Amino acid sequence: MNSPAHQAHDVAGRRSGRPHTSMFMRMIWRAAVLRRGRALSALLAMVVAAAAATAMLNLYADVQAKLRTEFRSYGANVVVVGKDGTSLPEDALTRVESELGGRGMAVPFSYVVARTGAGQSVVVVGTDFQRVRKLNTWWSADSWPTSPGGALIGNRAKAVVSPSLTPFTLTFQGRTIEIRPEGTLQTGAAEDSRIYVGLPDFEGWTGVKPSTIEIAANGSAGEVEGTIQRLAQALPTADVRPIRQIVEAEGRVLGKTRAALLASTSLIILTAALCVLATLMGWVFDRRRDFAIMKALGASERLLNGFFAAEAATLGVVGALLGFVVGIGIAAWIGRVNFHAAVVPRFSVLPVVLAGSVVVALLSAALPIGLLRRVQPAMILRGE
Amino acid sequence: MFLRLVYESFRRQTRRKLLAGIAIMLGVAVATAMIAVATDIGDKINRELRSYGANLVVTPQEDTLDVEIGGVNLKPPSDGSFLNEADLPRIKGTFWQHNIVGFAPMLPATVKVTTNSGAQDVALLGTYFAKALRFGRQDFVTGVRTTHPWWKVQGEWPSDESDDVLAGEQLAHKLKLEKGSRIELDNQSHRVSGILTTGGEQDQQIVAPIAVAQSILGKPGAVRRVYVSALTKPEDALARRDPKTMTPEVYDRWYCSPYVQSIAYQLQEAIPHSHAEQIRQVAQNEGTVLSRIKGLMLLVTFAALFASALAVSAAMATAIFERRGEVGLMKALGGSNAAIAALFFAEATLLAIMGGIAGYLGGVVLARQIGQAIFNSQITIQPVLFPVILTIAVIVTFAGSAAAIRKAVLFDPVFALRGEG
Repeated sequence: MNSPAHQAHDVAGRRSGRPHTSMFMRMIWRAAVLRRGRALSALLAMVVAAAAATAMLNLYADVQAKLRTEFRSYGANVVVVGKDGTSLPEDALTRVESELGGRGMAVPFSYVVARTGAGQSVVVVGTDFQRVRKLNTWWSADSWPTSPGGALIGNRAKAVVSPSLTPFTLTFQGRTIEIRPEGTLQTGAAEDSRIYVGLPDFEGWTGVKPSTIEIAANGSAGEVEGTIQRLAQALPTADVRPIRQIVEAEGRVLGKTRAALLASTSLIILTAALCVLATLMGWVFDRRRDFAIMKALGASERLLNGFFAAEAATLGVVGALLGFVVGIGIAAWIGRVNFHAAVVPRFSVLPVVLAGSVVVALLSAALPIGLLRRVQPAMILRGE
Repeated sequence: MFLRLVYESFRRQTRRKLLAGIAIMLGVAVATAMIAVATDIGDKINRELRSYGANLVVTPQEDTLDVEIGGVNLKPPSDGSFLNEADLPRIKGTFWQHNIVGFAPMLPATVKVTTNSGAQDVALLGTYFAKALRFGRQDFVTGVRTTHPWWKVQGEWPSDESDDVLAGEQLAHKLKLEKGSRIELDNQSHRVSGILTTGGEQDQQIVAPIAVAQSILGKPGAVRRVYVSALTKPEDALARRDPKTMTPEVYDRWYCSPYVQSIAYQLQEAIPHSHAEQIRQVAQNEGTVLSRIKGLMLLVTFAALFASALAVSAAMATAIFERRGEVGLMKALGGSNAAIAALFFAEATLLAIMGGIAGYLGGVVLARQIGQAIFNSQITIQPVLFPVILTIAVIVTFAGSAAAIRKAVLFDPVFALRGEG
């Protein structure tokens, strides 16, 4: 407890030392220092609210991008095929890659129907194993071919062409190739009935060029749409189509998640704002004696309003700045825990949080002041 | 006397009690709504993920190889073995019948389309659009409209009992078909009820009710494969084990979990001579996306709980701080610290219970609104949430008041009564 006499002596000493600081600033500063407990609890509420708002807004802005990378594990969302079943131009893949500019992945495929030694028809696909493995993460292969001449045999094709994975020959238009199975592929879809070989082997054997390029394009729906248009311009002889199954489902799940997150964000920010409102109102109300003394000493309404407003605004700004830093940290932590990638701090959130904090702080100061103004200072000072 | 003090305190200080009560109510409502949404979001997103299409496919056990490139089947369509259409409703009789969102049989065929410029071979696909079926006492509707939600029709979907067909977009463009025009399939006239866009191979095909495909092939009741869309649980170590090597208890646990593997196993049991397999592209990725979204909502729920706990504590602390004068009076009249603290805690508990009940009801309504607005379906709220929420509300209110009560009780009554502090 500070004894008044000691305080007065202290203040007088400091006053003689420091000649002329503005009274207004001093009042604000002393109010914060002398009632440390109450001021701190008000500041804490402000910081928590600003942190919650910052974290949620950051998360909300970034979660789309984060989830989109997850959705890319569903594989290609765009497919390029030669018009009317023709092969694609020689340099199609390089052109696609340059249009993508690193924001996606492209995998070429070429198909023929070949005959086994027993006269059974089977679809043989030439592709780039390295790329397809990255694009279609759900392909379950017991081992991926690494050497030239190695092939990946679909689970169902295996039973027909080479149940014990021994080498066998295939014939296409009179030309034969020796296939050395190096692994079995299981996907549960059409791939199970096919044989996959490396692109150089395939071209050397059949002379057929890739007819399909599957592309996983990154970015929002609009960006993917833009990529499709640029690809269609770059490859006039090809059909460039979105894979609607993937694109539409992604849009739907993403939309719902964002909406759920938005609802939670608004609820959290609302609760945080209410918390600040309750604490700050208590704080200001608690200082009705200061208010009454100032009024009794002849302070004008304007000065009083200005004083409390300045105090609330300072609290709002300091709280918002501290809260912003904490909030960025929380968002980054959630990003790391859940998505294994940090959420990028967005400084565009800062002005919003800052303005919001100041408005809430001013609002919570205005309500009790409005109440107190109608009361005679004498009543307050008498403790009624 | 104690009870009267509590009663009078509530009767005379209605405004203050109301403020604290409202704070508790809001906090509890937000917490309830967030917990309800977070616990149910897995199920809701799982259903949304079904828009990626079927995650299981059932084929005949002795199936020959598909020779198919870009949707063009190079194998004579009548080759190989078939499933029996009459067995399909049994899918709804399996253990996880409620997890089966829908299924659609497929029967590819090739037809001769006669146009003014001559005849040409076109691929035709027979399927269910939205077929009404019955298994036991259960009526249900299933077909591609459930399992392939990205299929869009300009015009109208044909009825499964009619002879109407859909023409794929690219085929329709080539043959200059539009909705309502007629088409000759193997010298039989059919009405084109709409133009189908799928972004896949069906854009170059004709899609018809399965009976039309069966009569073209001359194989009544035949089905080539069935796509099944099921709600599944993310795969774990148990899911991947081979049921043949399991002990009976482990087998029971595996069989009674909605893993994609165990549902496939049950489909095989339900349909004679069949082989069911997961479509890995859809089935394998569901788990990751689902767990990310669930994890996100869980963390956000923690943030919400934290924020509402803080709001409640702040409101309680303020409410008690304002009553220092009262505390001083009680102490001056000889009230012991314990008795005064007990009084305040009793009031806080009463407030927490009343605010908690009101907040829970508000939260239930809020959760319903969110479910309705975002997912177009009810959010189920576990009844067990009620006692849990109430307990949390009481604990938080207690914790929030404790520091303020302690301070108020320790405060010198003289200062308090003089209005200083």
